[in-house]
Parts: sequence; structure tokens; C-alpha cells
Amino acid sequence: MSDVKKFLYLNRRAPYGTIYALESLEVVLIGAAFEQDVALAFVDDGVFQLTKGQNTDGIGVKNFSPTFRALGDYDVQKLYVERESLEERGLSEDDLMEVVYEDEDDDWEEKPAIRVISRAEMADVMADADVVLSF
Amino acid sequence: MAYEVNGTTVEHDEEGYITNLSEWTPELAEVIAKAEDIEMDDERWEVVNFLREYYDEYQIAPAVRVLIKAVKKTMGPEKGNNKYMYELFPYGPAKQACKIAGLPKPTGCV
Repeated sequence: MSDVKKFLYLNRRAPYGTIYALESLEVVLIGAAFEQDVALAFVDDGVFQLTKGQNTDGIGVKNFSPTFRALGDYDVQKLYVERESLEERGLSEDDLMEVVYEDEDDDWEEKPAIRVISRAEMADVMADADVVLSF
Repeated sequence: MAYEVNGTTVEHDEEGYITNLSEWTPELAEVIAKAEDIEMDDERWEVVNFLREYYDEYQIAPAVRVLIKAVKKTMGPEKGNNKYMYELFPYGPAKQACKIAGLPKPTGCV
């Protein structure tokens, strides 16, 4: 396809308390059907969306974090997480859940989808995208 | 709007998807299938059970493209293809099988 655009879904907010995080994920899943080049970015409180061991029993909403692990099935293979945002919240890469995709060009080998990058690298990722959708 | 199973009623939306996912039973699946004009057999149960496991793990009902790819991965290419899946569920493998499995309408399904 000649007119594939690079879509970047930028997630800045905590997973619960507002509807932004869940809506972003829904848009990603719907948009994935259009076979564009899709990447997700997590900065600021958005990094909490990928933390492991989420439990929403106490707040009466659905824990949608397992759905991130289905993104590989939707051919979404790039989840960029800003290192500075993690550090500012006392988090590290070890606090994030494991998300993998299967590389079609490498005998379906499972590879990690989450890439922790620096703030400067994140700026490049954003500049490189044709469309940035901020949630 | 509701399905009737063994004297109890299970509410569903205007498209036939049940509103409370925890009310699903295998008996209800047979009732929904009948309303969809589908006779449940081992092959169809295999897909319905697969979808329930997928939902359990990922908390979403997959789009048809994703479902067929996932079936291909776990059950092999002779089942993970459009022809086989549409023969089982003529009005859309994801839409119909999700309805019978008591799941929401697939995400990304328009």
C-alpha cells in the first residue's frame, strides 16, 4: 500500500479516573483495521497505563490493562514509554507488564513491544509521525 | 428484550448481545444460536469456547480478522481461514460467535 501513514497515539493520563485511556485503546483497536503504521506513546501519568498487577476491584470499573497484550494480534508492535516519566514517578521498566508481538518476518518469534526511550528520543518519534492523536 | 432459558430470562440489547456477561451459560448459548438459526456442533463450540478464553485473557472480543488469525495460530490453517469460519457462522464469525459466547460486540466491528 502506497499511502500508509504513521499514526502515533499519545497517552498522557492515568488509566482510571477519566475515560481517556480506555477510549484511546478502543480507537487504536478500531484504527488497526485500516492497516496503517500504528505506534503508541506513553508519557507523564500515561506510563501508569502499562504498570503490571493492576486491580480495579475497589473502584468498580473494568481492568482493561490485559487488552494491551492483545495489541500484537492487531499488528500493533510499538509501545514507546518515556524513561523520564517513569523515573519521575519512582517507576522503572521492571514495573511494566510484558507485552509481546510475533515477528512475521522472523519465524513468528515473540519480541517485546514495549520500548523505553529517552525524552529526546520521544521527541523524534513524535516528529516522525504523520498523525499524532493525543489522549 | 430477553432470552428464555429454563424458566429464567436473560436480558439482551437490540442486536441480541446479552447485557450482563456473567449470566451466560452453555444452555443460553444454545438458545442464542437457535435465534441466529445456527445449530451448535463440536466445531462451533470449539470457536465459541476459544472466544471465551480469548476474552478471559485479553478482556476484549476480537475483530474478525484478529479472530481468524488467532484461530489459525492455535487450531491450524485448515480452521483459521475465512471459508471455514464463515461456513460455521455465515453472518460473521466474530459477530455471531461472540453473541453466542455471551461476549460484547467485537471491538472494531462496524
